[in-house]
Amino acid sequence: MGTARTLFEKIWDAHLVATPAGRSPIFYVDLHLVHEVTSPQAFDGLRAAGRKVRQPARTVATVDHNVPTEPRGTPITDLIAARQIAALQANCKEFGVRLFDMDAPEQGIVHVIGPELGLTQPGMTIVCGDSHTSTHGAFGALAFGIGTSEVEHVLATQCLAQQKPKTMQIDIRGQLAEGVTAKDLALGIIGHIGTDGATGHVIEYAGPAVRALSMESRMTLCNMSIEAGARAGMVAPDETTLAYVKGRRFAPIGSDWEKSVERWHSLPTDPAATFDKVVQIDAAQLCPFVTWGTNPGMVAPVTGRVPEVRGLKENDRRAAELALQYMALEPGRRIEDIKIDRVFIGSCTNSRIEDLRAAARVAKGHRVSSKVRAMVVPGSQTVKRAAEQEGLDRIFLDAGFEWREPGCSMCLGMNPDILQPGERCASTSNRNFEGRQGRGGRTHLVSPMMAAAAAIAGHFTDIRNWKFQ
Amino acid sequence: MKAFTVHRGRVAPLDRVNVDTDQIIPKQFLKRIEKTGFGKFLFYDWRFVGDGQPNPDFVLNDPRYEGATILVAGKNFGCGSSREHAVWALGDYGFRAVISSSFADIFANNSTKNGFLTVHLTEEEVAELLRRAQDVDNYQITVDLEKCQVHDGQGFSATFSVNDFVRHCLLNGLDDIGLTLQHEEAVAAYEAHHPVPAALQSK
Repeated sequence: MGTARTLFEKIWDAHLVATPAGRSPIFYVDLHLVHEVTSPQAFDGLRAAGRKVRQPARTVATVDHNVPTEPRGTPITDLIAARQIAALQANCKEFGVRLFDMDAPEQGIVHVIGPELGLTQPGMTIVCGDSHTSTHGAFGALAFGIGTSEVEHVLATQCLAQQKPKTMQIDIRGQLAEGVTAKDLALGIIGHIGTDGATGHVIEYAGPAVRALSMESRMTLCNMSIEAGARAGMVAPDETTLAYVKGRRFAPIGSDWEKSVERWHSLPTDPAATFDKVVQIDAAQLCPFVTWGTNPGMVAPVTGRVPEVRGLKENDRRAAELALQYMALEPGRRIEDIKIDRVFIGSCTNSRIEDLRAAARVAKGHRVSSKVRAMVVPGSQTVKRAAEQEGLDRIFLDAGFEWREPGCSMCLGMNPDILQPGERCASTSNRNFEGRQGRGGRTHLVSPMMAAAAAIAGHFTDIRNWKFQ
Repeated sequence: MKAFTVHRGRVAPLDRVNVDTDQIIPKQFLKRIEKTGFGKFLFYDWRFVGDGQPNPDFVLNDPRYEGATILVAGKNFGCGSSREHAVWALGDYGFRAVISSSFADIFANNSTKNGFLTVHLTEEEVAELLRRAQDVDNYQITVDLEKCQVHDGQGFSATFSVNDFVRHCLLNGLDDIGLTLQHEEAVAAYEAHHPVPAALQSK
């Protein structure tokens, strides 16, 4: 191992358990996060084979996808959802897995609670049956989503057998301007490289613009890696990372902390290491973005227009035409002229305290348009309590936003929070796929500030011109 | 796991790029706690109109493609969510393989765990298969994992590559949990040097 290595390669090498000839390498999983939707069949598989959870202590579960965002005492009226939640409760009990249940003070979106509880740490391998597991890469961990068969594999063996991915560096020079957030950076990158631009690769985000991001912004950036097709996204740990992790409930303490910090300091990519692919982005060229189509690569600057499709390659042109038809938009329409019916501020992309502060700063002293229904769904009970302590809930409620209980909510509409057919939504979530937020619903992805501003204006508006009160 | 060796069947052309897992199996059907029964919800929002009637414009509702077992689609098939329900739905509906010029990683990975084959061909070859499936009645092809070859017996033939280990598992229907458990000693040795952190051990 004398050669220069990337952050990813160091973590990969450190977790190899076996490299059997002619087979996929077997590597160890430090932390396995579990939720109600992708786990019941995996636990059934264990039972059928008479297997146990190998490391219950390295397995942490919560409920997020299905949970209603009404006040917690309200019974779940969706009986199938209730059955899935009950299955997770029973499975965690049977197999001895820690569960942050519906009424727990730690409950929340799995990718929000992992970091805030200090479960997520640099250098770790982290998996979860959810594609947005890439979020945890913000800490310099190797974190990625898996399917249910692999959930079962990890439960049974605490390992995974996978081919080694390729590496990609996204080097972001310069600094983001005021009003341009990590969400805009992510959308700008996906718009540039495409929704399959990083397929087969683990992205490492680097450069001065990334160093300047807070941990929560790095989480937003890494979260969206999967939308570029990446296996995972990562940011090398630094002082910002250590300051965030220190003192959290599951973070190392005392001499363990000192030893961990020493190890974490050795993680960043060696200067001489090379990547399979390198992409450069100039942060200063980025602006607040709004998606106009049905995948996160279909983006336009808020000051721009829905693009012309005529010049595109045939496959892309047809995809764009289908997207415009679904979105009921036409080329040339000014983005700021697009009126909206709904606003969703939440999801594992943008539901943390900094996101809510940014949105509240925009909302303060304003009123949500009479034509718009807007909801704020904090990412976790911890975020919700912190926001209420700061009075953010009052700002939102006074402005006419709904203030709800934590969960995945309208990001994917598995619970009752969905769009009606034809409704148009400014959403801080991560996917604008057809029907994602409800059949026939039209989703435009934006940052929390842009979503709050759209709620008030009733249409998209450039946050850089906002009158803050 | 069901083995995949050689399969011949009718082809359905889904001429779209970036078919995401939300389209393959919409979220309202993810609440089931079984692996079976997802086929009737496959491509639900495209297959059925608002009142639950079949959408006559969707390819799988065209009688010419009834009983199809091989799907051909545009690039980046299976992007988005990690939901394995997408593979279960395709399999439960009756598909054995999808052919495309590229696949999202998690979808491709999930497929291999279910005896379901993702076949990578070039964009030109995919375009040709789409054309033939649209033009020729009862268009059938053979997908041969032993020879890593696709052919229709009417002049179309293409080879594809697949990871040797994945191919081995698919051909023999091997359960990879069982394979990893063969390395129990190595796992235990790794764990001896990497104990569970104290904070995680406490209740």
